[in-house]
Amino acid sequence: MTDLHWIFEPGFFSSQPVHVAVTIGGVAAVVCAIVGVFTVMRGQSFAGHALADVSTAGGSGALLVGLTPLTGFIGGGVIGAAAMDMIGIRRVRGRDLATGIVLGASTGFAALFLYLDTTSAAVTGATQQILFGSIFTVDPSTIPIVAIFSATALVIIAVIYRPLLLSSMSDDVAAARGVPLRLVGLLFMLALALAVGLSALAIGAILSTALLIGPAAAALRLTKRVGSALALACILGVGSTWLGILLAYDSYYWGSSHRGLPVSFFIVGLTFALYLASGLPVVRAHAERRAKQSGEAP
Amino acid sequence: MFSSFMMNAWITATIVAVIAGVVGFFVVLRGTAFPAHAIPNGAFAGAAAANVLGVSSLLGLGVCALLAALGIGALGRRGRKDVATALALVMMLALGAVFVSLSGEYEPEIYSLLFGEILGVSTSEILPVVLLGLACIAAVVFLYRPLMLSSIVPDIAEAKGVRNHRMEMAFLVVVAGATTMTLPVVGALLIFSLMIGPPAAARSITDRPLLAMVLSVLIALGTVWIAIAASYEWNWPIGFFVGVLGALSYGLGRGWAALRRTRRAVHAVHAEAAQALAG
Amino acid sequence: MTATSWRHGASHAVLDVEGIGVALSGRQILEGVSFTIDAGEFTGLIGSNGAGKTTLLRIILGLLRPSAGRVLLDGAPLSRQNRSIGYVPQKVLLDPDMPMRARDLVALGIDGDRFGIPTPSKRRRAAVEEMLHAVDAQGFADARVGTLSGGEQQRVLIAQALISHPRLLLLDEPLANLDPASAQEIIGLLRQVADQQQVALLLSAHEMNPLLPAMDRVVYIAGGRAASGTTDEVIRPEVLSALYGHHVDVLRVSGRVLVVAGPGANEDHCLPVEPPRAAG
Repeated sequence: MTDLHWIFEPGFFSSQPVHVAVTIGGVAAVVCAIVGVFTVMRGQSFAGHALADVSTAGGSGALLVGLTPLTGFIGGGVIGAAAMDMIGIRRVRGRDLATGIVLGASTGFAALFLYLDTTSAAVTGATQQILFGSIFTVDPSTIPIVAIFSATALVIIAVIYRPLLLSSMSDDVAAARGVPLRLVGLLFMLALALAVGLSALAIGAILSTALLIGPAAAALRLTKRVGSALALACILGVGSTWLGILLAYDSYYWGSSHRGLPVSFFIVGLTFALYLASGLPVVRAHAERRAKQSGEAP
Repeated sequence: MFSSFMMNAWITATIVAVIAGVVGFFVVLRGTAFPAHAIPNGAFAGAAAANVLGVSSLLGLGVCALLAALGIGALGRRGRKDVATALALVMMLALGAVFVSLSGEYEPEIYSLLFGEILGVSTSEILPVVLLGLACIAAVVFLYRPLMLSSIVPDIAEAKGVRNHRMEMAFLVVVAGATTMTLPVVGALLIFSLMIGPPAAARSITDRPLLAMVLSVLIALGTVWIAIAASYEWNWPIGFFVGVLGALSYGLGRGWAALRRTRRAVHAVHAEAAQALAG
Repeated sequence: MTATSWRHGASHAVLDVEGIGVALSGRQILEGVSFTIDAGEFTGLIGSNGAGKTTLLRIILGLLRPSAGRVLLDGAPLSRQNRSIGYVPQKVLLDPDMPMRARDLVALGIDGDRFGIPTPSKRRRAAVEEMLHAVDAQGFADARVGTLSGGEQQRVLIAQALISHPRLLLLDEPLANLDPASAQEIIGLLRQVADQQQVALLLSAHEMNPLLPAMDRVVYIAGGRAASGTTDEVIRPEVLSALYGHHVDVLRVSGRVLVVAGPGANEDHCLPVEPPRAAG
């Protein structure tokens, strides 16, 4: 029993903030994993990151008018998604440019809002909270709202699952089959905005991309079957999040300063490490062997 | 506004704008928008680390920007380019956050590194910044032709003996240099805006390459000057003005292009009508 | 099977391909490919998609090392930087928003690989004007390259390749995305260029009929091997059947050639049959 002490510092399992963090983090990780797999398949990682920056502006703006950061994250994300869908041009390069411009403007607004937050609204720790998250200080009453947003995102994905798969492989084939590409694209962007918002709550707006892309990209490197990728991404995402929470909790006991390291750092670090690990030759060889055994194309 | 201690700000801002305009021209041409966003993040981590270690932040900035550039150049070859840069980008930010948290002075420092500060460059740092700026300009001038060829028609460049990968790496290094200079003033998160907005606006206005580059510099200068003046007046963060002005100039550029197109179309219709009447 | 040209007496052929063989990822793509092209000769490199045309062109450009054989340019072996080869690649992605006019792209062809910024000079401008005139592109010289039609872009790319006065002009599937009228214009232009500038010209295509009137010689690639000579010498059932490895029929219908797989052939080796063009 005493061995476990090295892994789980005292009070971990009984601490209420930890319970909240684990719940919110776990849910956010699942939503991000599922939406993330499609994001990577569609090559829209940059859009995900741009939405994160719009969420930053939303979250910091929300604080200014007395709303919760989550409201701002989701609200900003949804508005950003709609705006990007409108600006969106077919050519990949044109889209990148327009997205980048939107990103820049919203980051500018985030700068302003955060400045006003700290000076006029006197919200302490606004920058830290919005940009890098503070999952240990989230109000437990947020959990039902988190559940609703998560469920919405997952329902959207479930509803558009098949057309989404088809249009992710080939836009033309999907269009030929009568898939309403604009609608599917817009709905996906909404799901993406929700995922980004949830991730922002967990690990901060400007780091949210890690939870969205990391586990998904790693999973897609290891398997080509969408179903397996979704499951694997969930496992990797939730694993990183919970392990990150544990490590952050433990880090308060490390060293002499007892300040602890931010949760988001651990979670981001773990997802990054998993992504890199999925690219290692030894891991890929293992994955390919398993794929061949179960009869799928590597 | 033009007092002696503000002169630093004006001088650095001017050089920063020139570099951003020149480098940004190629960033937009090559579609390197995303890596150009990721390198500043690496620089941010470097500046934060340098502060913790007590080293010159400019040095930390430069080293990490360079490492980020080389890393993206190398990583980008294997695996999906957008995923790799997205993850590296975020990892750098997280690292930077940790370093800042270790140094203790969390809020104000993070803020100025991410969103900029008028007096971001101290007097002692002006000379290295100016030298770095001149080096960047010299590099772009030197690489202009093969970089153009490699950016626009890479297959032809390859046939002529230009090594596209080397051009890509060289260019990423120049972006790293431009980032190092720009970050203290404009902030890691807004460098991107300064590098994208002006050239995007310029290309909507003119169709000549060299002119587009010059225009890009002029628009960047305008953006930065207005940003400094406004920030000085209202105390609002300089990054805000850079971001918003960047979007504004892009929008105005597109508007101008649309206006020219409709004017040309109307002109064509008139000409046809005149011809029909005459014949 | 190489037909030697006696046109220039004892001088080198501009392009001399000798016994080229290359294997990629375990597959033998090309084997024993040999042919020559003289100055002013319009040669068509014909083969279906995947036959190895682009591979061969890359070898000639010095971008790919053959596993056997050698390529001589004007009697000398290839170097990395071949100023005497003009190249028009297959796919060129030009953004309509790109700030580059047609004349700017042509100017890049002069010395785009040298360092520094080009100094505007009367000579450069005159050279660009002359080239634009030669390819009949003056009407859209100031338009953005990304807004040009397929045929117009091809002209600009050809001008870009010619402006450095190369000895050899290589074009990778230049007719692929062109409508028949534009294709004929380009072929006419290339024939003119070959004659007037005495440039050796090698153009790859998967359909040879549009080229028949203009081609001097053909290099036909199939089954990893090549046969070269005049159309009459090469486009014969015995020659092509030997290349393909199974029986092939050659039908001539109103001036056009149709190559069809004979009975018992593998579907893969069928050349696409060209639909008959409307009369007139």
